[in-house]
Amino acid sequence: MSAQNNSGLQPPNTSAAPAPSRFRSGMMGRLLTPGLVVILVAIIAAMIYGATGGAARREAWYTVLLFVGLASSLNILLGYTGYVSFGHIVFFGFGGYIGFFAIYQLGWNLLPASLLGGAAAALLALGLGLAILRLRGAYFALATIGINEAMKALVINIPALGGPNGMVLNFGIYASYGGAAQAQWTVYWATAVLTLMVVLTSYIVKKSKFGLGLMAIREDEDAAEVMGVVAPRAKTWAYVISALFPGILGVLFFFKASNIEPAAAFNLNRSIELLVMVMLGGQGTVLGPILGAGGYQLLRTTLLTSDLALFGLKIKDIQLAVAGLLLLIIVLFIPVGFIGWLRSRSTRLRRWLE
Amino acid sequence: MFDQLIVSVTDGMLIGVVYGLAAMGLTLIFGVMNVINLAHGPIMALGMFGVYLCYTVLGLNPFVGLIIVAVLGMLLGMIIYAGAVHRVIDAPHLSSLLSTFSVNMMIIGIGTAVFSTSFRNVNYSLGTVVIGPITVPGTRLSSAILALMVTGLLYLFLYRTRPGKYIRAVANNRTSAGLVGIPSTRVLAMSFGIGTALAAVAGGLIAMALPFTILSGGAFELKSFVIVVLGGLGNPIGALLGGIILGLIEGLVPVFTKVTWVPFIEFVLFILILLVRPQGLFGAKQ
Repeated sequence: MSAQNNSGLQPPNTSAAPAPSRFRSGMMGRLLTPGLVVILVAIIAAMIYGATGGAARREAWYTVLLFVGLASSLNILLGYTGYVSFGHIVFFGFGGYIGFFAIYQLGWNLLPASLLGGAAAALLALGLGLAILRLRGAYFALATIGINEAMKALVINIPALGGPNGMVLNFGIYASYGGAAQAQWTVYWATAVLTLMVVLTSYIVKKSKFGLGLMAIREDEDAAEVMGVVAPRAKTWAYVISALFPGILGVLFFFKASNIEPAAAFNLNRSIELLVMVMLGGQGTVLGPILGAGGYQLLRTTLLTSDLALFGLKIKDIQLAVAGLLLLIIVLFIPVGFIGWLRSRSTRLRRWLE
Repeated sequence: MFDQLIVSVTDGMLIGVVYGLAAMGLTLIFGVMNVINLAHGPIMALGMFGVYLCYTVLGLNPFVGLIIVAVLGMLLGMIIYAGAVHRVIDAPHLSSLLSTFSVNMMIIGIGTAVFSTSFRNVNYSLGTVVIGPITVPGTRLSSAILALMVTGLLYLFLYRTRPGKYIRAVANNRTSAGLVGIPSTRVLAMSFGIGTALAAVAGGLIAMALPFTILSGGAFELKSFVIVVLGGLGNPIGALLGGIILGLIEGLVPVFTKVTWVPFIEFVLFILILLVRPQGLFGAKQ
């Protein structure tokens, strides 16, 4: 177990209490937990499974890994800090647009373009965060919707970014990445590694003093400030970290798709789906968004290919309604999510489920 | 140029009051129970289909259909409250946002399967009214007048009747309202019902002016968010003024620049108001 109390309900113990003697003390000691092993095994297993079954399986698991990465990045803001962002996808779209522009117009390679996309998203979060993180509760949630929609409307009006039609890559561009098929694999592995990095970042943040400050903000922002957490700075950093990765993932996604357009880049519904994933798995846990995103994607695939019928309506036609019903049941009866529920059931499981 | 401005202002105001009516449903629910109803858009879409079905299947006058839509909207709202909102009303914001979003998913999911996503329209005309340079379709004028009437009735209901005063009391302080004997659960269900009825009726009015699909509510839901923030979250009368402002923006901006800038201006205004005047343009300082 770790030195801190992770239930999130009690005030975090920020004083460096001496760890029990049979555990190694210090940062490394706090980081090396059974929970970390579970997380690493889960991601690496998904990564390898997705890569060993041909193109169809790779496509399915690419989507799973992408959503694990996006949901985990959202969790840093939502789960740890308690700020509900409905427009998290704006960083995916904005980073994607900047990186795509660098590839399409400036002829950049994918790697620097991806980093540029990530940096652009992080900078956007820095600027926005200083302004909108002052808002709390519903006001913040509404502002994030507004930012996503304003960004979409802005991009539509910029001819250099292709306006409402977006931009389409010439297929020949994949030649410099070893052909289109090889480029797909490159994006798959890049996304997988990046997702692993997001999850590790999420884990390290959770175990750090910085993370404790975020969780204190979540429980009671005013009390946290009294206790010495510099809330505006901590929140802004959480926002920047949570925006960096979606920016890079966006560049990879749209490079892989070979086109980008405003409606796909700033899709509010996808943004809300990310919230659903975090919620399903358990907000504020590292493993929760991983399971939530994976479970949601697999469930959707299963429903979409199902031949069952309900009251004369085929399940695959009403898959959205079925997913909605499941979401409602979880929100009403298991609001802490699957991992949160397991953690509350058994103290022994808590060491394994971070 | 001047004639064009007059026409744009008229068009904007006429559609603006209908937007305001829709936003009133959203803001009433928020004001009373601090819940942002993310099923608002699909409920508007159901209102559109309600009027459409009354007109095409039952052969009713659309304005008579609106009465049926209002009653069914009220019932639907109370069912949504009981099924999805009541349990999470005191939980953190995320819970009620997601529970109402799950209702959104269910309506869209079933609606898409039943109605498909092809465009429908209510082919009903009341002729046109010509005043100087302005030509207004009769249905639009009647819609705007009806929206104003409903706003007036809502105001009278909230300020002059006992159930209306109950709603305001519960909005003000639910615990204290309970202590003086107001049945707060029933009042909350009623408020949610009125909120959805307003959204459905506004949807029905829009259906007479524009072609629509089951997904059309989404755009109007976003507009309602903007209006609600302009008028002040939880302030139904502010919503009417917010709606008129939004209608004017939509009418006037295309006169001066490309119509695609309209949403950008709307949402930037929305963010600025949230940051600078979160109580809305017409709200008192808190």
